[in-house]
This record gives sequence, structure tokens and C-alpha cells, in this order.
Amino acid sequence: MSEELIFRFNVDGDDFTSAGQASVQVKKNLRQLGIDAETIRRVSVAMYEGEINMVIHAGGGVAEVRVTDEYIEIVLDDHGPGIKNIEEAMKAGFSTAPDTIRSLGFGAGMGLPNMKRYTDEMHITSTVGVGTKIVMRVNI
Amino acid sequence: MKISTMRDLLDAKVLCCEDKLGNHVYSAFGCDLMSDVLAFVDNQAVLLSGLVNPQVIRTAVMMDMNCIVFVRSKVPTAEMLELAKESGIVVLCTDKTMYNSCGILYSNGLTGEREAKK
Ligand SMILES: Nc1ncnc2c1ncn2[C@@H]1O[C@H](COP(=O)(O)OP(=O)(O)OP(=O)(O)O)[C@@H](O)[C@H]1O
Ligand SMILES: [Mg+2]
Repeated sequence: MSEELIFRFNVDGDDFTSAGQASVQVKKNLRQLGIDAETIRRVSVAMYEGEINMVIHAGGGVAEVRVTDEYIEIVLDDHGPGIKNIEEAMKAGFSTAPDTIRSLGFGAGMGLPNMKRYTDEMHITSTVGVGTKIVMRVNI
Repeated sequence: MKISTMRDLLDAKVLCCEDKLGNHVYSAFGCDLMSDVLAFVDNQAVLLSGLVNPQVIRTAVMMDMNCIVFVRSKVPTAEMLELAKESGIVVLCTDKTMYNSCGILYSNGLTGEREAKK
């Protein structure tokens, strides 16, 4: 594969039921590209956590996945409320999710630390009232 | 443990991917919190859950799990089964509770994830 490939998705923020669809699609696409299973798992878990976050915390957004020869990059961009204290948000167990989210199986405060664990690089930029952008890379 | 053995031990119904009952699972994780499944499962385990929504299936897809058991008679929707089928995940459904299901599988040799070192 010499040129880079880009997959782009609008993530609907109104529908928890469909959250994760983009990640499922990316997993399928990466399989078709013949990428190894462990790399695919790391990319898809990290993206899925980020996609769920966009839906439950930010009212949706845009997800983009770039595949190059060296790495797979996931960019998640939203216009949600932003993250006030990123360092605090990165701590395992920190969550502002309401009980309604917890009853749906999420909101343990494990997502961001898990995204970090599954990727080789992760950068968060966020402005309160403007939105959040997360860039993650998994080396191939 | 073979998935068909799990079905027999749990007296479970097979809701999809019956053709894959001969596949094996090597460990198990019982949980209604998908956050924990995503954070703590390393092996390709079977997921036992009492939570019914499409995120349970998608979580299993992301984690490359090949079987989900819905406990205490929770019935997944047609949409969920469609998702599972697409990814070749066997879906079982048992009347037994989470605790009893886990206990039965464990005592028959299917252990859990290795606990992280403190
Ligand atoms: N895209 C986002 N926009 C705004 N806030 C966010 C976003 N992503 C995460 N956060 C904030 O960071 C906190 C921690 O996120 P994290 O994913 O670790 O946990 P969680 O989503 O609350 O629970 P879990 O991921 O375990 O289901 C969230 O509770 C929320 O306050
Ligand atoms: Mg999260």
C-alpha cells in the first residue's frame, strides 16, 4: 500500500444505540486491508472508546482514520462541552457520566486511560465550550 | 472449553451462529459494565452479561470475543443478533443467574482472566 487511505464518519450524538457503528466499519475495512489482528484490535478498541465518549459526553462529532504504511491514525473531533482538566479526566475511575449512562454499561472512567494503553501515541486538545480533539496513533 | 459444552452446562438456547458451536473459549468474563470489559479483558474470552443493548455486541466485536452468554433470561433484540451474526459471534441465552452461570463454568474448568498484579 503506497498511498494513504482515509475513512471518515459522522458520529450521531443523539443515538446511543448506533454508537460504535463507525468503529465496527473501521474494523471491517482494516481486515480487508490485511492488517494483523492485534493491530486491528488495538485500533478498534481505542476508536470505540473515543466514539462512545463523543456520543455520551459531546453530542457526536467526526471520526477520521488514516492508514499509512507506518501507522494508523485516529482523529476524533467534536464540538461538545470540552474537558476542563485533561490530566484529571485521564485518571482511571474519573467520570462525569450520569447514572443513566452507567445503566447502559458505560461511565466507569476507564475509557481515556484505556485509549492511552491501546495506542502508541495519544494527544488531547480541548477547550471548554468549544470542543475536544483527540489524535491517536497505532504503529504498524 | 467448547462452546457446545457451555451450552449444555448452562442449559442455554443458541440464538445465532449455531455452526460455530465447535469453537473453543479459553477464559470468561462476567460483567454488565462494558467499560470494564474493554479495560480488563486481554484474552479472547467469552462474555457473560445481563445487560441488553447493541453496545454489548459491539464491545465483544471490538475485543475479538467469539461468544456471548445472556444470563437470567435476558433476550437480545433482532438488531443485536444481526450484529453478532455479521461478526460470527455465537449468542447463547440461559435462565440461570450471572452468579450461577459463572460458578458452573468455573467449576467445570473455565477460569477467568488472570488478575492484574497489584
Ligand atoms: N469527547 C469528550 N467531550 C467532553 N468530555 C469528555 C470527552 N471524553 C471524555 N470526557 C470527559 O472525561 C471523563 C473521562 O472519560 P473516560 O472515557 O475515561 O470515562 P467515561 O467515559 O466517563 O467512562 P467509561 O469510558 O469507562 O465508560 C468523562 O467522564 C468526561 O467528563
Ligand atoms: Mg469513556
